[in-house]
Amino acid sequence: MDLSVFGYQFMQNAILATLLGGVACSIIGVFVVLLHMPFIGVAMSHAAFAGALLGLWLGFDPIIGAFVFCLGASAVVGPLADRGQLSPETSLGVVFSLMLGIAFLFIGIIPNTRSAALDLLWGSILTISRGDIVLLGIVAFLVAGAVFLFGKEIQATIFNRNVALAVGIPATLVLYGIIFLTGATITVTLRAIGGLLIFSLILNPAAAAYQLTYSMKRMFLISVGFGVLACWIGLLFSYLLNIPSGATIVIASSLIFMLAAIFSPKRKTKSPSLIQESKQ
Amino acid sequence: MSDSVILIEKAVVSYRESVALRSVSLSVSQGEFVAIIGPNGAGKTTLLTIVNGLAHLTQGQVQVLGRSVNGRGYHELRKQVGYVAQVSTTDKRMPMSVREVVMIGRYGRLGFLRWPSKRDWQLVDEALGMVGIASLAGRPIGHLSGGEQQRVAIARCLAQEPDILLLDEPTASLDWKAQTEILELVKRIHNERRLTTLFVTHDLDALPHTCDRVVLVKDGLIVGDGTPDNLISTATLSQLYGLPVEVVEERRPHIHKREY
Repeated sequence: MDLSVFGYQFMQNAILATLLGGVACSIIGVFVVLLHMPFIGVAMSHAAFAGALLGLWLGFDPIIGAFVFCLGASAVVGPLADRGQLSPETSLGVVFSLMLGIAFLFIGIIPNTRSAALDLLWGSILTISRGDIVLLGIVAFLVAGAVFLFGKEIQATIFNRNVALAVGIPATLVLYGIIFLTGATITVTLRAIGGLLIFSLILNPAAAAYQLTYSMKRMFLISVGFGVLACWIGLLFSYLLNIPSGATIVIASSLIFMLAAIFSPKRKTKSPSLIQESKQ
Repeated sequence: MSDSVILIEKAVVSYRESVALRSVSLSVSQGEFVAIIGPNGAGKTTLLTIVNGLAHLTQGQVQVLGRSVNGRGYHELRKQVGYVAQVSTTDKRMPMSVREVVMIGRYGRLGFLRWPSKRDWQLVDEALGMVGIASLAGRPIGHLSGGEQQRVAIARCLAQEPDILLLDEPTASLDWKAQTEILELVKRIHNERRLTTLFVTHDLDALPHTCDRVVLVKDGLIVGDGTPDNLISTATLSQLYGLPVEVVEERRPHIHKREY
């Protein structure tokens, strides 16, 4: 295998971007899986996509548009679910459909931006810039830092929001913080992985880790390991087979999930003989 | 009342179109053990949760330990109020051990950017021992039965070292032996730690042995307040639950006998 390609700047950028994106997405994934809010990734990624298209249309950096839209979606989703008007899934569904509508509207009315729009949808890791990597680094650092500094508050909120509130933890603030970090992570990984596929990179590594451990700390670590592994395997196959990297990354993460689900110790049940032995 | 640790004044709580509490006033003194009884949907849980601010007041005032529940710094106040909610389902695969769940009780007191010390873990282990589930400390929380999870919730509350205990049907999913054990345990802790305790229960048999005072709640109103011996009678139960006197007498013969 010709490894000289790893000497090129664009490949080094891609490796670094997938490392940072993998770390941020996999940590966010643990929140998404444990809070039972899988739809949040889809809703946020479409909000980011719509915002980025607005940026393309009006001529400013699409990342700024994506971030503003994600921020707006975060501000709507949390309180809407919180006030009990709608379930979190329903409020996310409403935001998702609205953002999808706006995104398609922009695609329809903006002239000559279809290829740029498709780039945002599918991602293009090999054209990622140093500036994007810096942004990814900042968000990955923020996400990992939040887990390290506020781990116990996050753990309590994930376990049960009412319990967390009852012991004096500002759980609503923690939840809004998690939603905001989800939006920020999706925004900065939009260009690399793409709006359509980012959801899988958030969900699959964490869902795989969830199959393998009963420790939240270990779940974070395993999820990060799987996320980065999926990104690198995907990147390698993308290069070897000359196919879109976003797709290979997502397929790799899905395969990791399938393997984890098959070999999950949580699925094992005690055999009747063992149950008999434990009773004696 | 100057020695009131809980002072509820004309509290109204409504959830959109339904009113859970209608101008309820209640004063609880330091050290009292108060049972709240009433039919389903009477507003018992709401009465309990306006004390720690989990239920939001539409009107009225609640003062706990001299501070307004709805004022600034209510998170600080909650650290002094232990709360055991009704049994709720826990994710079977939740990646947390029993010991970690009990430690959540310490988190509020610890505050931001402080990690549990050796003493905190010691308090957690003591609490687990007190409720008789020390052997389950390392088990995943989702693997426990409803009754065991209820003990975990009580242990979490004890680890919090609160001044006030709020218990919402703490023995609901326990077997008879566990019910009596938990009630005795709560009463013992209440006495030893000089707590003020409010607990919602349907276990009328246990009332005379455990509490100093009973509050009867119906349709969002307090319809009775007094000592168990004076208040728990066939007539009051008949009125409270909307059952004919003969039915109450038939179902609760021990109360009938006590009255004569």
